[in-house]
Amino acid sequence: MSVVDRQEWDVVVVGAGGAGLRAAIEARERGARTAVICKSLFGKAHTVMAEGGIAAAMGNVNSGDNWQVHFRDTMRGGKFLNQWRMAELHAKEAPDRVWELETWGALFDRTKDGRISQRNFGGHEYPRLAHVGDRTGLELIRTLQQKIVSLQQEDMKETGSYESRLKVYQECTVTRVLKDGDRVSGAFCYERESGRFFVLEAPSVVIATGGIGKSFKVTSNSWEYTGDGHALALLAGAPLLNMEFVQFHPTGMVWPPSVKGILVTESVRGDGGVLRNSDGKRFMFDYIPDVFKEKYAQSEEEGDRWYEDPDHNRRPPELLPRDEVARAINSEVKEGRGSPHGGVFLDVSTRMPAEVIRRRLPSMYHQFKELADVDITAEAMEVGPTCHYVMGGIAVESDSAAARGVPGLFAAGEVAGGMHGSNRLGGNSLSDLLVFGRRAGLHAAGYAADLARDRPPVDDIQIDTAAAEALRPFSAEGPEPGAQSGRPPENPYTLHQELQQTMNDLVGIIRREAEMEQALEKLAELRVRARRAGVEGHRQFNPGWHLALDLRNMLLVSECVARAALERTESRGGHTREDHPAMERTWRRANLLCQLTDPTGGLAATDPVHGQIDLSRETTEPIRPDLLALFEKEELVKYLAEEELYE
Amino acid sequence: MSSYEARFKVWRGDVKGGGLEDFTVEVNDGEVVLDIIHRLQATQAPDLAVRWNCKAGKCGSCSAEINGRPRLLCMTRMSVFTHEETITVTPLRAFPVVRDLVTDVGFNYAKARQVPAFVPPAGLGPGEYRMQQEDVDRSQEFRKCIECFLCQDTCHVVRDHEENKPAFAGPRFLMRVAELDMHPLDAAADTGLDRKRTAQDEHGLGYCNITKCCTEVCPEGIKITDNALIPLKERAVDRKYDPLVWLGSKIRRRDSS
Amino acid sequence: MSTGTEPHPTPGGVHTGTRAAITAPHLRTDRWWLAPAVTAAGLLAFVVYSTWRAFADTNYYSAPYVSPFYSPCLAERCRTMHAGPNADLFGSWWGISPAIIILIFPLGFRLTCYYYRKAYYRGFWASPPACAVAEPHKKYTGETRFPLILQNVHRYFFYAAIVVAGILTYDTVLSFRDEHYRWGHMGLGTLVFLLNITLIWAYTLSCHSCRHIVGGKLKHFSKHPVRYRMWQWVGKLNARHMLLAWASLISVALADFYVYLVASGAFDDPRFF
Repeated sequence: MSVVDRQEWDVVVVGAGGAGLRAAIEARERGARTAVICKSLFGKAHTVMAEGGIAAAMGNVNSGDNWQVHFRDTMRGGKFLNQWRMAELHAKEAPDRVWELETWGALFDRTKDGRISQRNFGGHEYPRLAHVGDRTGLELIRTLQQKIVSLQQEDMKETGSYESRLKVYQECTVTRVLKDGDRVSGAFCYERESGRFFVLEAPSVVIATGGIGKSFKVTSNSWEYTGDGHALALLAGAPLLNMEFVQFHPTGMVWPPSVKGILVTESVRGDGGVLRNSDGKRFMFDYIPDVFKEKYAQSEEEGDRWYEDPDHNRRPPELLPRDEVARAINSEVKEGRGSPHGGVFLDVSTRMPAEVIRRRLPSMYHQFKELADVDITAEAMEVGPTCHYVMGGIAVESDSAAARGVPGLFAAGEVAGGMHGSNRLGGNSLSDLLVFGRRAGLHAAGYAADLARDRPPVDDIQIDTAAAEALRPFSAEGPEPGAQSGRPPENPYTLHQELQQTMNDLVGIIRREAEMEQALEKLAELRVRARRAGVEGHRQFNPGWHLALDLRNMLLVSECVARAALERTESRGGHTREDHPAMERTWRRANLLCQLTDPTGGLAATDPVHGQIDLSRETTEPIRPDLLALFEKEELVKYLAEEELYE
Repeated sequence: MSSYEARFKVWRGDVKGGGLEDFTVEVNDGEVVLDIIHRLQATQAPDLAVRWNCKAGKCGSCSAEINGRPRLLCMTRMSVFTHEETITVTPLRAFPVVRDLVTDVGFNYAKARQVPAFVPPAGLGPGEYRMQQEDVDRSQEFRKCIECFLCQDTCHVVRDHEENKPAFAGPRFLMRVAELDMHPLDAAADTGLDRKRTAQDEHGLGYCNITKCCTEVCPEGIKITDNALIPLKERAVDRKYDPLVWLGSKIRRRDSS
Repeated sequence: MSTGTEPHPTPGGVHTGTRAAITAPHLRTDRWWLAPAVTAAGLLAFVVYSTWRAFADTNYYSAPYVSPFYSPCLAERCRTMHAGPNADLFGSWWGISPAIIILIFPLGFRLTCYYYRKAYYRGFWASPPACAVAEPHKKYTGETRFPLILQNVHRYFFYAAIVVAGILTYDTVLSFRDEHYRWGHMGLGTLVFLLNITLIWAYTLSCHSCRHIVGGKLKHFSKHPVRYRMWQWVGKLNARHMLLAWASLISVALADFYVYLVASGAFDDPRFF
């Protein structure tokens, strides 16, 4: 059976978004022969959806900004659950990562003196986001894409082939990371276009697949976000960290239904947009939590003054961290003060002249005009929370981005956990991609170079198993031996919809113990049915088949989210428990790790109580004293347990 | 919410052949053509191949032809059609078909590689770049491109003449040349690369007869013809057909700054 | 359900072997033919009219108005126009209508204009007739070789058009006289001339070559603030290049026709003062 095409590389990068491409560029520049593999076309990754900007403390607009301030903001935003070392590296290295983009041809918006302009964003003390209108993600992806092309052009000159040292396998999916003992040995893939299987042999695999949003019904994420990387890591034996923290972006479109969930960028609020309920009230002033009381304006007048004079006024509460705003909108709607289609109003039309809106928010103007037939210069938008980002992810070493427990496996970007703690600040994801994408590429290349004479061999049996697993949906038509005969196979689309509904309703923005238990039972049921998910047709570009394969990943990841959310009996950042509404200082040091129950990879476990996932708890390393010293004592008291303060 | 049954014709097949297949499918308020294609997948044709991604007109994946016009499936609202109309959806017709609505757009990636990359200016390190907003405005417009390749698909130079594909980069990549030539810090000239001249000599600018279909189909509203292609043609004229400009540049020994 | 598998139609263009097998050369359902048809009809009407008037060699002057088709008048056979655009450069050997000499320039300007090129490539050449509608030609080389490579001389015609527009401006100034060449008068014809010259200038300055020359060729606008400002102005006009092309085409014909009516005695120029 294993007449599968094999190719040898030093580093394989799974995912071609910001993190994956940055990793690939670094690995290639460090001399590693690098392959990038992605589900979409090259340059279409979900990173293009990022609108606001890249957070980096360059201090171009307000010279008071520096990495320490950025670090503080990040830790506050994440409610101190962040891997502090990652937050530190991120804050320190982000400016260099942005500046280097310019040397690759990126064109950011400029300040008067010709430097990169920076804008305000929720949770950031100073204007910090390098941006290009509201299409920063597109600029980032295109710049990285063009840098890759330029490296390929260099290779063409030297070796006569564009793809000798850096190749992009587009529209291909990885279904398994292959291992030699503990170590990574390669990846098992299929080409979406032809359905053909192939194996990329490599000692280093960098996972940069993004998030898990497609497990939820209302999401800003694209079809690719099926948690593939999370699942690959789990199946390879690596743990996932703090998966309960899922960010619901406060402002997604709520109407028309077909675009429900699509993002309305935070810059709308950063540039002056305000949130109102059906009574016309700016309700966010009622939702400023105690920990933020001193940082935010207490009156509309003060908030309005801030846009012009940020040094002497406090920012309006519309710019609170995302979790706070999302919860506030959720309660307004629940209490019957929502907009006609079940959101609240986000208004720029009364705040800025039409021409300014069109200039500052061109793609938002475009998006509402084209998709909802709403002219945002004339009327308010309707918005509501949408599943946007997962803070949890593969547990990695902070400096090297190496996945814990699996030598040769690295992870960067949204798929990696820890950096953002319990809640991510806007703008910190693009900088995260660049900082840790580069680090992952760097260390993956180094690791591969060390193994140059001892490349882990790829095991034929694993290839056969992976191939059989991938082909199962085609043989699901007939009754399985010994199973109840005559039942038609399950439709993967139906299963997917039920999964999304379950996660949205039962493990959504506000969580309750009983509902999550119910979710786990439903997931167990779906898991059983998913084994019988069958598809028609053949292997050539067959979306039904692709979805059937992705279901495995979504079910695994959803279970992690549900199980971790059930375990954490507090509310913090992207995890809100109705039955445990307070943030508990004792929980700050607790990390929840998910691991596969059956490390052999057989996924038969259907018992909802045990399921496929083992959950364990560990205590985080104490925050380094010099970093703690960046905060006022009074602030730390709110987050840290007594013993941490006096250690 | 009102809904109705719409009639669709969707091209199904692969490189070996295929044809338009009839469907009747439910349409709800506020939907776009991509929603309908997805509904077909979920209910009637699970293996109907379609490329899509962001569903918000930002990634440029779901390019196809609707009633004969190159469009993004996600940005074509159903409300622009009457209830009686039969809506025909086919793959892009300038590129080889893979399956159903998916085409092989490799042509575009090959062309992308033929445009020499941005050349960073010598002597300026990261963080030292200074550019004025008015100097980056033009290139920024072109960088709005989401690479949906609708312009490449509609351009008759290659759509109607397969044999021109080797010689012609297409609007998207001529615009890329313009973008780099207008980049305030691109130092290609210092390395002996004249983008104005190569636009015509190597990327086939002369094939363009400025009939503006690229501009018409651009979902980002980029004025490809007026702001990129024609200025590029004028720049090529500076180099190749205008002795005055040529003489001036020889005497003053500098690029028009 | 399915219409079945269609055999591959004749190869070439959208019917090239590896492309989706669709027999129809295009599937547009709108009235795509309307725009090229209207364009072709409009251009054709102008060609017919201007050919007649250019070769007519008569009724082109009625003091103080001179037809824009005959200005400047560069042969000996031209009518004497008091203080008017007479310049006997060609002498007596020029035996046919003197309009032919000067019309080369505006004609060349419009023929190589980036808008008119689009208009006649689509309208007359069907290359392409409309977007995504297959063109009927087997081969296409665009503007890569003779004669169409000559389109690149557009900017020289632009320079000439500036001169011609200057002379027509002079003619318009002259139209503030009465039929006895006394200054300070105005008639309906003056208004027609004013309208025409405004549109001529707007069209000429909105030219893509002009946009390039005043500033478009620069790499750094910030170092040339005045030219940047000019480039922006021209850019605003340039966005309406098509509209101005048609408006000025009609107005120039109108101005000529007005002179014809007055000169032939079919109409009396109403004088305002």
